[in-house]
Amino acid sequence: MYQAIVFLPLLGFVLAAIIAIAGARARNPGGGPEEHGHDSGHGAQSHDAHAHDAHGDDHGHGPVEPAAMGSRAAELITTTLLFVSCALSWIAFVQVGLFHQDAHVRMLPFIFSGDLKVEWALRIDTLTAVMLVVVTTVSSLVHLYSIGYMAEDPYRPRFMAYLSLFTFAMLMLVTSDNLVQMFFGWEGVGLASYLLIGFWYQKPEANAAAIKAFVVNRVGDFGFALGIFALFMVTGAVDFETIFAQAPALTGKTIHFLSWNFDMLTVICLMLFVGAMGKSAQFLLHTWLPDAMEGPTPVSALIHAATMVTAGVFMVARLSPLFELAPTAQTFVVFIGATTALFAATVGLVQNDIKRIVAYSTCSQLGYMFVAMGTGAYSVGMYHLFTHAFFKALLFLGSGSVIHAMHHEQDIRNMGGLKDKIPFTYWAMTIGTLALTGFPFTAGYFSKDAIIEAAFASHNPMALYAFLATTIGALLTAFYSWRLVFKTFHGKPHDQKHYDAAHESPLTMTIPLAALAAGSLLAGYPFKEMFVGHHGVEEFFRESLKFVASNHILEEMHRVPYWIAMLPTLMLAIGFGTAWIFYIRRPDIPVELARQHDSLYKFLLNKWYIDELYDFVFVRPAKWLGYTLWKKGDGWLIDGFGPDGVSARVLDVTRNVVRVQTGYLYHYAFTMLIGVAALVTWFMFSTGGSH
Amino acid sequence: MASWPILSITTFLPLVGALFIMMLNGEDESGKRNARWVALWATIVTFAVSLMMLARFDGASAEFQFVEKQPWLAGTIIYHMGVDGISFPLVMLTTAILPICIIASWQSIQVRVKEYMIAFLVLETLMIGTFSALDLVLFYLFFEGGLIPMFLIIGVWGGPRRVYASFKFFLYTLLGSVLMLLAIMAMYWSAGTTDIVALLKFKFSYSLQVWAWLAFFASLAVKMPMWPVHTWLPDAHVEAPTAGSVVLAAILLKMGGYGFLRFSLPMFPEASVLFAPLVFGLSVIAIIYTSLVAMMQEDVKKLIAYSSVAHMGFVTMGIFAMTTQGVAGGVFQMISHGIVSGALFLCVGVVYDRMHTREIAAYGGLVNRMPLFAAVFLIFTLANVGLPGTSGFVGEFLTLIGTFKVNTWVASLATIGVILSACYALWLYRKMVFGQLTKPALLTIRDLTPREILIFVPLVVLTILFGIYPKPVLDMSAASVSALVDNLQTSAKKSVAKGK
Repeated sequence: MYQAIVFLPLLGFVLAAIIAIAGARARNPGGGPEEHGHDSGHGAQSHDAHAHDAHGDDHGHGPVEPAAMGSRAAELITTTLLFVSCALSWIAFVQVGLFHQDAHVRMLPFIFSGDLKVEWALRIDTLTAVMLVVVTTVSSLVHLYSIGYMAEDPYRPRFMAYLSLFTFAMLMLVTSDNLVQMFFGWEGVGLASYLLIGFWYQKPEANAAAIKAFVVNRVGDFGFALGIFALFMVTGAVDFETIFAQAPALTGKTIHFLSWNFDMLTVICLMLFVGAMGKSAQFLLHTWLPDAMEGPTPVSALIHAATMVTAGVFMVARLSPLFELAPTAQTFVVFIGATTALFAATVGLVQNDIKRIVAYSTCSQLGYMFVAMGTGAYSVGMYHLFTHAFFKALLFLGSGSVIHAMHHEQDIRNMGGLKDKIPFTYWAMTIGTLALTGFPFTAGYFSKDAIIEAAFASHNPMALYAFLATTIGALLTAFYSWRLVFKTFHGKPHDQKHYDAAHESPLTMTIPLAALAAGSLLAGYPFKEMFVGHHGVEEFFRESLKFVASNHILEEMHRVPYWIAMLPTLMLAIGFGTAWIFYIRRPDIPVELARQHDSLYKFLLNKWYIDELYDFVFVRPAKWLGYTLWKKGDGWLIDGFGPDGVSARVLDVTRNVVRVQTGYLYHYAFTMLIGVAALVTWFMFSTGGSH
Repeated sequence: MASWPILSITTFLPLVGALFIMMLNGEDESGKRNARWVALWATIVTFAVSLMMLARFDGASAEFQFVEKQPWLAGTIIYHMGVDGISFPLVMLTTAILPICIIASWQSIQVRVKEYMIAFLVLETLMIGTFSALDLVLFYLFFEGGLIPMFLIIGVWGGPRRVYASFKFFLYTLLGSVLMLLAIMAMYWSAGTTDIVALLKFKFSYSLQVWAWLAFFASLAVKMPMWPVHTWLPDAHVEAPTAGSVVLAAILLKMGGYGFLRFSLPMFPEASVLFAPLVFGLSVIAIIYTSLVAMMQEDVKKLIAYSSVAHMGFVTMGIFAMTTQGVAGGVFQMISHGIVSGALFLCVGVVYDRMHTREIAAYGGLVNRMPLFAAVFLIFTLANVGLPGTSGFVGEFLTLIGTFKVNTWVASLATIGVILSACYALWLYRKMVFGQLTKPALLTIRDLTPREILIFVPLVVLTILFGIYPKPVLDMSAASVSALVDNLQTSAKKSVAKGK
């Protein structure tokens, strides 16, 4: 059954990919260079078609081309397989989480070399089961949604194939029983993300964003890989079972890394965490996530909200037996998480692209999860991961529905008053926003409050900072989330043409919205005991999360003062109220504020200028260095003093003496032959002499 | 069966094919066609025979297999052939790549077809011979002889600057070869034999080890190629015809790595330990330097050539880590790079045949007209980037994990190369394949022909198979690798003890 969960999406990918390639091949038949010009007419035609539909926005391909053949089949195959996988995942969730039937499935040897032994194997424990449910549920709903959202796109089989490929890689990541297989899934989701962000490959921005996402993630993977190497060096293994068994013995030991001695577990955990920072778009490695919004919206919902970006959080939870023993690393995790939570929220305040606002919000919420992880409240972080998947996917799919209704308009300044035109979407977005901002008794309320409480109760050196950052973050979250809702759905329409044409989305899109809305409202309380309750966690997660003896965070967070528990709700009220005044009551205030504090406004609007900083510090120097090494290093230094210099000297000499330098290759070849002949002769003579 | 000299048959079958083509006459169409078919059949039969060897090869043994020994020149130089777990994968790579080269040249070579096919067949014999010779002189003959057909392939069927490129190639290799020859003579004087099996057991004096190591290094580093003697490679690739680039990247570059594993490490172990930091340094420079240079290239083939230098940097780094994973990773990386870089040059050949330019800026939006090509090119680009699930990952991962144990600086810096490879490879892919198809010349370009598909299918299958299930290759070399590493570790300990 577990193999089925993981490999059904792969099957879907393969089938859809075959359909996609067959369809593409049928449109663009093969032909060699000698068959040039046979169908120049067709070529010019399809080119014109592309040139005319360059309307930019969310869609790259126009509706001009007919859908590829087999589009419907590809959609049905992938979506059905995903729903089967999803159903099985829920069964697994019950079996593993409630009935404690953990499983370990060995499949195939992967890399065996000396003492390095890596296998393809599935490890199913509660932590994995939670992720299975999150991934397959969101993924199957997104598959369904995509049928409606992408209905006009001629390349649907390819899109569905990528979605299924992503799901497969993500499932490999969460079911892995060793670090190398996890790395396979890790880079696999990166690949799928690259392909999906760049799905509309005719848009230059989409291509740039795709590469940026891949490369920034590679920077994180650099750390991840070093962490794997170091763990292998000190434990001689890469599978979790062996590593975790050895972890306690590694505390206090030092490792000689680069030229210094470090605390072994601290440096290993930090390296691995760099990988998590990349994948989960944490501060400093977050720059790819907002740009990733160039991809189709269902992708943003699946990959850049609910699943892939939470892989970093999952990784820390999975490696809790290591992080628990490395307090310095945990402090760093809290610091980065808290900083991201606050930083992304401040940027989210002023953005105008509906998807980018939600993207920054995702970034910020992931910061919350890392705060929980760093304080040792792993289950609480997983709780927020679980609830966040529902409401953030809902917000993205809702945004997609808005964009769909507005014919690919994404700027909220051009929206307004849409609540009467697309009431269903309006209600879905409102529910998502309620959950995100932590309105009492929605899913987000329970998990987010728990994180703030954990930050308050923690003894981590960064705990106070984290508490303040997450509390202020909650206020900012409420503000920018309601700002989005008010500017989009309330007030007067700002673009009458788009407004008039706005229409509610088809059923394939509204059903997933309804399902996710239900999850956003209800996924909180029923699971609270399992994720937050002191005994419930022990009972539910058992061995899959490790709490050292001194870690009492789950008990202590239940004893926080009453006002702390009420604080997030208060923050919501303030944020909501401010947003209401700013965008409903007195729309002139924000305009005035932005003018008065122009530099601050610009600073936030330009995302703290981090992209510009990176361009200045990394991109330009690397390009300059590459160019210099090429022209000066290879060209001037090596070739100049090497072969070119030598040949120039040789030419000088020979030109005056004899014209040996004929340039004929046969001559060089002949010279070689003479050398070989000389060698043989020498041997014949020398051996002849010895006999 | 067992008494058949199957290794010699594999080695010399292509030569027989070449003789056969020589006997054909006529430069007309039918002559060309006959030459192509004879060459194809010769390489296919050779591959089939090597598959029979594969079936009988014992991966659990570290000994030489299929050994043949015949007295030859004046009784001292012995015709001694045999393969072990390090050389046999390279022999298989050679026999597998050559039929693909012949098919890839089917249409694109129209002048002097007979000579072209003869050059390739002779080259195949010499390359297989290089990997399976067990006598130093025999090895040298094959090793240096292999350069001649390669010169001709670049110089006769190459691009406009072919004379410059082949002259550069010649200058570099000449210097190394002379030094290697001197070292071979010195080894003969010291050990009294040129038999490799005997030399592997012979203990050379420390001083001889040091300078013989350096002499071999001069030759092998050029072949690899290592920084800073790599500059011949981009020029050679740029000027070579497609199949020439494929052979160059897939097989000829492996002679350097093979030489290190066959001679430098086992015969001069103490010198290898002494010079390992030098090799590490050059490898890391190669990885980072050439990756940065690759990012700035405007010529597709140059970009892939520079990326080859970077990838071969992983091989030298892994080999000189002298750990099981490092050496096994080095061998695996050679095989993987052989498949992947060969395939990348074939991809370039596909569009070059249609557009006759290698300038990256001349392309763009190819996916609109060539979806299948885009898919194939993507797979090999990802393998080049070392994405897990492709063979590129396994080699890089093993060499890095094997090196990390020995030197964290080297492994960490080399890992930066993994980031840079993503930059240049994806940038290239984006510039050529993605975007709108606006260039007028590209509007009529057509997707892969059935013959091109036939070439790519086995390469795609192997790239993914070895990425998910690298066991066949790793098992084949495991015994030989561990014997080599054990041998090295003991002498490393000895030299440490001596130092104290």
